[in-house]
Formats: sequence, C-alpha cells, structure tokens
Amino acid sequence: MAENGTGIGAAVKRKEDIRFITGAGRYTDDIDQAGQAYAVFLRSPHARATIGGIDTSAALQVPGVVAVYTGADLAADGIGDLPCGWLVKSKDGSDMIQPPHPPLAVERVNYVGEPYGLVIADSLQAARDGAEAVVADFGDLPAVVNLATADAADQLHESVPGNQCYDWELGDKAATDAAFANADHVASLDIVNNRLIPNAMEPRAAVGDYDAASGVYTLYTTSQNPHLERLVLAAFVQVAPESRLRVVSPDVGGGFGSKIFVYAEETAVIWAAGKLRRAVKWRADRSESFLADAHGRDHVTKAELALSSDGTFLGLRVKTIANMGAYLSTFASSVPTYLYGTLMAGQYKTPAIYVEVRAMFTNTAPVDAYRGAGRPEATYVVERLVETAARDLSMDPAEIRRRNFIQPEDFPYATPVALTYDTGDYEASLDKALQHIDYQGFAARRAASEANGNRRGIGFSSYIEACGLAPSQVAISLGAGVGLFESAEVRVNVTGSVTVITGSHSHGQGHETTFAQVVSDRLGIPLEDVEVVHGDTARSDYGLGTYGSRSIAVGGSALIRATDKIIAKGKKIVAHNFETTEDNIDFTDGVFAEQESNRSMAFAEVAFAAYVPQNFPLDELEPGLSEKAFYDPGNFTYPAGTHICEVEIDGETGETSIAAFVAVDDFGHVINPMIVEGQVHGGLCQGIGQALLEHGVYDDAGQLVTGSYMDYCMPRADDVPSFTVDTTVTPCTHNPLGVKGCGEAGAIGATAAVMNAVTDALGVKSLPMPATPETVWKALGSAG
Amino acid sequence: MEVTLTVNGASHTLDVPDNTLLVEVLRERLGLTGTHVGCDTSQCGACVVHMDGRAVKSCTVLAGQADGADVTTIEGIGTADALHPMQEAFRDCHALQCGFCTPGMIMAAIDLVQTSEDLDEQAVRDGLEGNLCRCTGYHNIVRAVLAARDNM
Repeated sequence: MAENGTGIGAAVKRKEDIRFITGAGRYTDDIDQAGQAYAVFLRSPHARATIGGIDTSAALQVPGVVAVYTGADLAADGIGDLPCGWLVKSKDGSDMIQPPHPPLAVERVNYVGEPYGLVIADSLQAARDGAEAVVADFGDLPAVVNLATADAADQLHESVPGNQCYDWELGDKAATDAAFANADHVASLDIVNNRLIPNAMEPRAAVGDYDAASGVYTLYTTSQNPHLERLVLAAFVQVAPESRLRVVSPDVGGGFGSKIFVYAEETAVIWAAGKLRRAVKWRADRSESFLADAHGRDHVTKAELALSSDGTFLGLRVKTIANMGAYLSTFASSVPTYLYGTLMAGQYKTPAIYVEVRAMFTNTAPVDAYRGAGRPEATYVVERLVETAARDLSMDPAEIRRRNFIQPEDFPYATPVALTYDTGDYEASLDKALQHIDYQGFAARRAASEANGNRRGIGFSSYIEACGLAPSQVAISLGAGVGLFESAEVRVNVTGSVTVITGSHSHGQGHETTFAQVVSDRLGIPLEDVEVVHGDTARSDYGLGTYGSRSIAVGGSALIRATDKIIAKGKKIVAHNFETTEDNIDFTDGVFAEQESNRSMAFAEVAFAAYVPQNFPLDELEPGLSEKAFYDPGNFTYPAGTHICEVEIDGETGETSIAAFVAVDDFGHVINPMIVEGQVHGGLCQGIGQALLEHGVYDDAGQLVTGSYMDYCMPRADDVPSFTVDTTVTPCTHNPLGVKGCGEAGAIGATAAVMNAVTDALGVKSLPMPATPETVWKALGSAG
Repeated sequence: MEVTLTVNGASHTLDVPDNTLLVEVLRERLGLTGTHVGCDTSQCGACVVHMDGRAVKSCTVLAGQADGADVTTIEGIGTADALHPMQEAFRDCHALQCGFCTPGMIMAAIDLVQTSEDLDEQAVRDGLEGNLCRCTGYHNIVRAVLAARDNM
C-alpha cells in the first residue's frame, strides 16, 4: 500500500474540492428549468386529525397560482403508496403490519408537518400566498406521543391494532434465561435512546421535469440512491416506467441516511410536472426539514447483562420498544431489527443473547436510518451496560472488556445473534486508545479537576458495526425488498483516459477521489486521467447508492472486478498484437509486457488499439475496452474500535466539556487516510451531539417543540474539541481491497463513550440524554 | 424598488420587490449559486457573504439595505487557478466534505482572520459559532483557519 503518491493508501487532496471551494458546486436548488413553476406543500398543523374537506377556491384566485393538488388528485391518477422496503416478521411468524402511506394524506393526518396537498405557482412567493389561502377542515383528535404507552393509546391506523407494527425476536431465549439463572451478578439498565433530527446542511429539494416530445420524466433530487428512488417511483408509486424516468442526484449536501428514503415531496413534484407539462421546483425550508425529514433513533429499552463473579459475560437480555413514527419510512422496519439486534454481541464472547423489539406507531414524524442506523443504539445498550457491570463489580472498565473480547484466534466468529465476524483485533485498538488518552495519568487529572471544584470522568466504548449490508441472498430471505450488490463500469476512452461510472453516490464522502485512486492504482495510470461519474440513472446501469458505510466495501469491490476485466481484455488485445497468447502477457504499473521478451505496450496504446482494431479475430476478440461488474458481497464487513472520552464538568453550572476524545478504529485497509479521518471526525461530532446537545422533542399534543436551530441544539464549533484519531488494521478477509468502511463508526462509538464519562464524573448509574447543563446540574445536586 | 450594488466588482442595477433578500438577488437574479440557503432563522451561516468588507448573513439583509454596497461572494475571492489562501487552506486541510456549508464558512473565516488579533484554536471555535457544519466535526475547519491565518 502506497504511503506516497496518489495510489491506494495515499492522502490525496480531493478532486471535488475545487468546485466546492469556489462556489461552483451544483446542488439541486441550483438547478433551474426554463419556465419552471414553484411548489409549496400544505402541511398538517395537527398531530392527529381527520380531514373533512379542503377548500382551494381562494388559493386558485391568488395571482400566479397555477394549480392546487391534494391527496385525492394523486389517488385519482393511480399514484400508489410510499412502500417500506423490508418485511419484518413477528415472533409468531406473522408479517409486520404496514399501514397505508399515501404520499399526500387523504382522509387523516398523523403527524405535524404531514403533507396533504401542494400549491404550484409561477413564483415561490405566489405559491406561498396560495398555500396561506387554502382552508382545510380538520377534526382534531388526541395525539399518541408517548412511545412507552402507545400500545394502550388510541389506534392511529385502522389496520394496526395496539399501534404495533411488529413484535420481533432474535437469539435463544431459553439459553439466555438459563444463563441468567446461573449468574453471580446481573447488571441492568433502563435506557432511552433520544430522538434525533438528521439535519444535513442542504435541505431536501426536487426539480421535476417532463418532456412531452419523448415522454421522459426527469427528477433532480437530493437522494443518496437515485436508482432506488427511480425503482420505487416506477414500480410502487407508479409515476412512470423506469425506462421513461431519469433520476439525477447532483451534488448533494450531506445525507446521513435522511436522503436514502423516497419521500412524498419528490413524488408529488415529479407527478405534478407531468400533469402540468411544466417543470416544478421545490426546496424545503429548514422548518420543513425538521418536521418532515425522517428522524433517527428513539428507543426505550430495558437491558440486562448476566456475569460470573470474575466479570465473565454469561448472557445478555434486551427488550426494546422502537418508535416508527406515524408511517413506515422506506427502510424503517430494518433499523431496530436486523441492524440492531444482530449487533448485540459487540466485541464480546457473550454466549447467550436474546433480543425482543416491538415497533410502534405514534403521531410523530417517521423514524428511519440516521448515521449508524441501529448500530449506535445497539452499541449504546452494550457499552453502557458493560460499563455498569464494571462499576457494579468494581472492575476496571478496560479490564472487563479485555476479559470478554473475542480473540484474534477465534475468527471467523459466529455470534449468538446471526452474524459471523470475519476478522478483528479488539485489544490492539483498546491498547492504542489507552496510550493516546494517557490512562495512567487519569487519576491525577481527576484529582486536579476536583481540587478546582469540578468533576472529571472517563468513559469507554468498544463498538462494533456491520457495514456493507450483505449478501443479497441472506437479506432477501430475511425480508429485504432490494438486492445489496453494487455496480461499476470502467470505460477506457480511445486516448487512454478512463471514465468510471459507479452505482454508489457521494454526498460528501469524496468518492470522486477515492474511487479514482483505486482505479488509477490498479490500472497504473495517472489519477488525473480518471473521472468518476455517479448520481444519474441515465449514465449508470443500476446502483444501490450510498448508506451503511457500504461504498468502498461494496462499490469499491465492484470497481476491482471491473478493472480486472479491463486488464484481462487488455492482455487479449496485446496477445493478438504480439501474436502470442494472453498467458504470456503480464500487466504491471500500466504496462502490458510479453514475458521473456522486451516487447510491451503502454495502457494508452492498448486503449487505442482496442478502438482502432487491426485484424482482430472478431469471433474471439471484440473491439472496445469497457467493462462492467456487479459485486455482491459474501458477508458484512465488521469495522470495530475503541473510543475513549474524558470529560470535565463545571461543579457550579453543570456544563460538560470534553477534555479529550480518542478514537482508534480498525477499518481494514484505508484508501485515503485524510478522507477517513474526516469521516471519523464528523461521526464523532454527531455522536457527541446526541449525548450532550441534540433531542427531537414533541409535546403532549404532538407539536414538535424543537423545530428550528433556535430550539434543536446542533453541535457548533465551540461545543466540540479537536479529536485524536488513529487506526489499527486487520484487513477484511472477503473483499478484494481488504476494506471495511468508515462512514458511521464515529457516530456509533462516541455516544456511549461520552455518557460513560459523564456518569463516571457524576458517580451516577445513568443519566438521560442529552446531558444538558440542567440535567447534569440536577444530578450534581442529587449525587451530593 | 430599484437597487444598485456592486457584486464581485461588477455593478448591477435591479428592479426587485421590496421584500427581496440579498441572498435571493445573488442566487436568483445574478446566478451566483455558490451562496447557499441552509435555514430560515439566520442560524446556519451557509449564506455568509461580505458586504462593504464585513461578513453578513445574506438571508437577513434586504436587497434595499444593500443598495450602494460592495458585495463579495465566494465566487469573487479566488479562482480555481488562483485560490484565496482560505480556499487553499480548506482544501489542504480537508476542511470540507459535502461542500454545502463551505462557501459561508470560508467567507466567515476570512472575516474572522481579518478582524482578529492573536487568533488561537479557541478563538476560531468561538468565532465560527454562527456557522453550522454537519460533516466535518469542525476539526479540520479549525485547522484550516489557523493555517490560513499564517498565509493571509
């Protein structure tokens, strides 16, 4: 692996940066179409209400208003429901209950901000004025907001008794109960995993266009996976067939999961463009983002860990209620099940694990994947519980982890919760993290803080995540409605430059650089000769986009497959030229050379020969040099690491400051360490945000009281420290690059580390998140 | 109303409704889409530009208030071939990921460096408190501003 240069392993400056730092980025809101109209959505002011009637007559009189559409108009046109893509089964074998989810509400609204219509006008101002003039006759009903008591509350959906979507289980209940019966000690915790609002800095947007001449619809939108968007709009919502629907995700300003899903707004916009034969543009105000982007987390959990007196883990029992919000968002059902329960072994050899998850509907915005998606929640359960057990048994938190770690010789390791970890060295990350934090010096630092009237605590989080959700075969058997492969095309142009077309999508991850590094390294050509194309269904065959830290592990592996085919084809061409067989041709550093001779052809010469074919035996050798691959992984990848947080708490105000944060992660081989560090930094900030600052709060009436940046506390530059980030390496054993993925690790590991540190500083067993100064100050008082 | 303003060195006279915001003039009338809109409460800072040499949130300035002003946007501080030291530092330090907050962050950071003495890490963190970034955790942004401080 190259440390220098531009190949795999080099900290190459990003190719995409020049356009972003000069203001030349092209985001959806920067795209205008000739003659476009503007859409403003009508949104429910009530958490739960019947819709008696919608009077649009005054709105249609507003100058500039072109049309007002409601749910009834979409229904009349045969526009279908927004589907959920993963069918989870309950303990009794029954399917989860998926209530109807029309893009625009028809008879009832079920959360504040739910769209029930849209006004389209010649200008944005006219559309806003028109929306103000619409009068809807709502019959207000009591809202179901409290997750823990939702089963006994009013029923939201006719088809969903007790508001329960499913009651799922994983693991061996009998074995786990037996482990608890034989345990010396049981550590237990009640945990609330607070609701978060993703807040990518670019609000969602959509520009829908319809070309009457060709009958082709084009949707520009802020999507992490444009092919999935097209598939759902074509196959389920039935806006247009895939062959006449193009979805483009241009530059996208962050996603963090919230832009995976197919939402009401782009559905209505592309439909309206066809209806009006005119382009229609919509961009969310931030207030709309708060109300109507899918939220994250929101679990209530009881967790117990059975131990022997020496600290050996014997069994883990977890009972979780997960909030789905008012409807099932695109992948909502999979997050608290297959991305949560399966992670409960963590890094440990816990022999018996049993997880129960009930998913409930409430009158709140839909909840779905947010950075980490289920894995931060699982890590929070496991790592808070491990810390609690250490305190209960008066053991060192590092030592109790060390005692229970799966050891390098145990791999491949089959956990009791369905996963098989391929590789890892958990002690290596722990040891490195202990060095970085200067664990030996902590007692002295704590004493110094206390001498100043403050508190100091240290917290660990030895997380694991499962990335690159796979393989398709297994996921489909467990209810997934889509494959989990990725596509790549490597198109060698006549003069030797290379166009790489990937089904992955970059919305900040820097694929235009890392993917180019991989291809330039493999083909031995300059980095600047490789251009990476993504985010346009008209340019790539198919793709599943970017989420779940999958891009390099799955998309990168597809690239390797495609470059292997290019090299194989190149050898055939060279063999033909040299009148030998391809077995006699080697390819190294961009040069095809005949063995045991001095004859060779450079990569660009072979490209030219491919497109200017001379005497090709056309039955055996086609002209051209362009190859595609679809890569379906054999297993997940398993990044893991140890994060350690040290906090100082102001003894008078309860304000928590992070004195130091160390993250040591094993991502396998790293393509671009600069980009990987950046991914970790961002994830840590989001994890710290959950622990100390962020909370999506609804009041009893179901009104979102944290609906702006004045109320929802986003981490700002002065809320977080500089981080110490390092890596260890055990290469993934089942993909060609040995890579594992890095996008979510920070957000997965950080939250538990922070809360373990805060509770350590306060000397309390638990504390609700976010640990605001008020919460901490109260705990300071109660802890004496 | 009619407003005349200079943007990135070029003078423009425009007829706009009274309630037009400076950011709308920049993005929709002049096509300068490098200035972004990330919120509706003047909190995120994605729309920061310079007006008469000082950083302002252009979502909170009426076009009429900018009448006669000299406005500089992200498009006006450097080019791909001749980057401003702050642009250069953001790239060198990997201080951007999705790029959406970046123009506002760069414009705010330039103002911070130009108007501060003895800028250290804490002062950079405090000074950029009005600009949200969801990607970088601010770590590399702080590094970039400190690096640019030495080159401006």
